Amino acid sequence: MQEHDMSWVRTEMALAQPAPARERGAYAWVRKNLIGSVGDIILTVVGIAIVLWVLPQVVNWAFINAVWTGPDRTVCTTAAQGGIQPDGWTGACWAFVNAKFGQFMFGTYPIEERWRPILVAILFVALLVPMLIPRVPRKGLNALLLFVALPVVAFFLLVGGVFGLPHVETPRWGGLLVTLSLSFVGIAVSLPMGILLALGRRSKMPIIKWLCIVFIETVRGIPLITVLFFASVMLPLFLPEGVSFDKYLRALIGVSLFAAAYMAEVIRGGLQAIPKGQYEGADSLGLGYWQKMGLIVLPQALKLVIPGIVNTFIGMLKDTSLVLIISMFDLLGVVKQNFADPNWATPQTPKSGLIFAAFVFWLFCFAMSRYSMYTERRLDTGYRR
Amino acid sequence: MASQEILREEPSRGSFINDPRIRSLFFQTLVVILLFSSIWWIVHNVIENLQRLHIASGFGFLKSRAGFDISDTPIAYTSDSTYFRALVVGLLNTIIVAVAGIVLATVVGFTIGIGRLSQNWLIRKICTVYVEIFRNIPPLLVIFFWYSGVLAVLPAPRESIHLPFGSFLNQRGFYLPRVVWGDGSWLIGVALLLAIAMAWFVAHRARLRQKATGQQFPVFWTSVALIVGLPVLAFLLSGMPLTFDFPKQSTFNLTGGFWVKPEFLSLLLALSFYTAAFIAEIVRAGIRGVSRGQSEAAGALGLRSGPILRLVVIPQAMRIVIPPLTSQYLNLTKNSSLAIAIGYPDLTATAGTVLNQTGQAVEGVFIMMIAYLVLSLVTSFVMNIVNARMALVER
Repeated sequence: MQEHDMSWVRTEMALAQPAPARERGAYAWVRKNLIGSVGDIILTVVGIAIVLWVLPQVVNWAFINAVWTGPDRTVCTTAAQGGIQPDGWTGACWAFVNAKFGQFMFGTYPIEERWRPILVAILFVALLVPMLIPRVPRKGLNALLLFVALPVVAFFLLVGGVFGLPHVETPRWGGLLVTLSLSFVGIAVSLPMGILLALGRRSKMPIIKWLCIVFIETVRGIPLITVLFFASVMLPLFLPEGVSFDKYLRALIGVSLFAAAYMAEVIRGGLQAIPKGQYEGADSLGLGYWQKMGLIVLPQALKLVIPGIVNTFIGMLKDTSLVLIISMFDLLGVVKQNFADPNWATPQTPKSGLIFAAFVFWLFCFAMSRYSMYTERRLDTGYRR
Repeated sequence: MASQEILREEPSRGSFINDPRIRSLFFQTLVVILLFSSIWWIVHNVIENLQRLHIASGFGFLKSRAGFDISDTPIAYTSDSTYFRALVVGLLNTIIVAVAGIVLATVVGFTIGIGRLSQNWLIRKICTVYVEIFRNIPPLLVIFFWYSGVLAVLPAPRESIHLPFGSFLNQRGFYLPRVVWGDGSWLIGVALLLAIAMAWFVAHRARLRQKATGQQFPVFWTSVALIVGLPVLAFLLSGMPLTFDFPKQSTFNLTGGFWVKPEFLSLLLALSFYTAAFIAEIVRAGIRGVSRGQSEAAGALGLRSGPILRLVVIPQAMRIVIPPLTSQYLNLTKNSSLAIAIGYPDLTATAGTVLNQTGQAVEGVFIMMIAYLVLSLVTSFVMNIVNARMALVER
C-alpha cells in the first residue's frame, strides 16, 4: 500500500479570478472604445472636434441666447435691425413660438371653441394609453371605442352644427389638429384597406388580382403630391355638377389611398412569410376563406410585419405635411404661414419655428418607432428565422 | 359503363352556391360590372363638367405657347416655347436633382452607416444621433429648414462668404468657378476615355495572370495613374486649353462663374441628408447580416483586414443592401416633387403651372403620373441589373 497517494481530485470549484486590472474600469473602456489604435485616436479626435463645434453652438442658440417671452419682433432682433438685442446676437426666438402656440395647435379654430379639440385630445389619450399598455384588460372594447366610437364623437365635436355646438368649417382647422386628425383617420382607414388590397393581390381570382396589382403599383410609383393633386383637382371633376367635397376630405382620401398601397405591400410580405402548411391546415379544418384568413393567417402575418406597419404609420404622419402644397394648413403649414407675419418677421423666426415643428414631429415619430420595437420584442414567439 | 356513371355522380356537391368556381366567377363579374359602371359614371361626369367649364380635352394644348418663365433651364427655353418644352425642362430638372441627390445620399448614407458600426464609441453615437434625428422629421420640413432657415439668412451678395477655390456663398446661392473649355480640349476627353479603356484592359490581363500564375499586379494604382496621368498629359500637350471663369464680386451682385441657386441647393441637401439616414440603416443591416464566421474564415485563410472587407464582407453585404437601396432611390426621386414647395421648377411644379394655366387637369395629372411611373421603372430596371450581377450564383 502506498503511503503517498499522488492523485488529487478537486472537490469544489475554483473561484473565478477577477479580470486583469487593465481590462477593468474606466480606462479599459476608454482604451477599447476610444483609443484602440492610431486610426481610432484620429476618429476620436475628429468626433470630439465635431461635438465641440456643434454642441456649444446649438446650446448657445437654443437655450443660452434664446428669447423665451416677448410681445413682438423687437425682442428677437438686434439693434441694427430695430430691436433690443446687441449687435451680432443670434439665438432662438422661442417668443415667436410662445406667442403663436395656439395657432400652431389649432390653426384658426375659434378661440372660444378650442375646448372641443382639447376634449377630443383628452379622450384620445384616455383611450390610447390603456390600448398601448399590454396588461390592461378588455382590449376589444377599447379598440372598438378608439377606432369606431371616437371618430364619430370627434367628428361631431370638431365639426359641430348639432347639439347646440356652433359649426366650425374645416378651412378654419389647422396646425397640429389637422396633422394628427389626418394621420389618425388615415391610419384607421389605410390598415383595413391595405389588408384587403394585399389579400386581393394574392387572390386566385385573376380580375381582382390584377386590379389590386395595378392600383398598388401605380400609387407606389407616383409621388404623394401627384396623388394630392389628383385628389384636389380631379375629384371635383369626377362628381356630378353641384356635388362637392370638402378640401379636408379630399386630402384625407388622397393620403389614405396612398398609405393603403404601401400598407398592402408590407402586409403582403407578412402573408408570404406564413408557411403553406398554415393555409392547408386551415383548409383541412373546413374553414372558409374569411375564417381562414381572419383566424389563422392574418394574426400571424400581421405580427410578423409590425415594424413595417409602424414604419408606414410614421411615413404617413410625416407625409401629412405635404397637404401644405394643396394650401391646407397643417402644423408645418401654419408655422410657415406665420413667417410672413410682419409683427414677428426676424432672421431667427423661420429657424425657430421650423425647429419647433421638427421637434413635435420628431417626438411623435420617435415615440411610435420605440413603441413598435417594444411590441416586436414582446410578441416575439421565437418562431422567427 | 354503369360504373362510370356511378363514379361521375359520386362527388355529390351541395348547392351550386357553395361551388368555389361559380362563386369566384360571380364575384369577379360583380366587380367588373361595378368597375365599369363607376368608370362610365366618372367619365360621364368629367365630360359634362369639362363642357360646362368650356375646357377642350386632348393633348393639343401641348403645342401652344407656354407664356411663363422657368428659373432653371438645362435646355434652351423662353416663355415663347411650347407647353411641351416646359414639361421637358421640368422633367430634366427632376432628373438632375434626383441623380445628384442619389449620388450624395449614397455617399453620406454609406459613411454614416459604416460609422454606426465603428469600434469607436463616439463616432457610433454621433452617427446614431444623426439617423434618429433625420429619420423622424418630414422631408418637407428639412427642405424649408435649409431654404428659409439657413440659406435665406446668409449675408447679402456684398458681404458674401469667401470659400476656397474662389467660390462664394451668399443668400442668392452658391457661386463656383466655371470651367471654360478652350480649343483642343476635346483631347482631354479622348485621353480620359482611352485611360479608362486601358485601365479596364490592365485589370482584365491582371485577373487572367493571377488565375494562371497566382502573381498579383497592382491594378488599383496603375488605374489611378492612367486615369489621372493621361488627361493631365493631354492637358499639358494641347497647350493648357482649360481656364476657369471665377465669380467676381461687384457692388450688388456676383458675376461670372457657375451659379447654384438656393432652391436647387436646399432641395438637394434636404433630400440627400434625409434619404442618407435611411440608407445608413440599410447599410448597417447589410453589414451586420454577414455572419462573423465569414470574416473569421477569411482571416484564417491569411487575408488581411482590407481584402477581407473588399472580397468577403462587402460583396455579401451588397446582396442584402441593394433591394432596399433601390426603394430608397425611388423614394428620393418621388420626394424630389417637394421642389414645388420652394419653387424649384421640377416636373410637378411645371406641370402644376401648366395645369393651372390651361385648366387641363386630367391631361396634366396623367402626364405627371406617366412621367413618374417611367422614371420609377427605369430606376428599378437599372438597379435590377446591378442586383442580378451581385446576386448569389447558385448551382
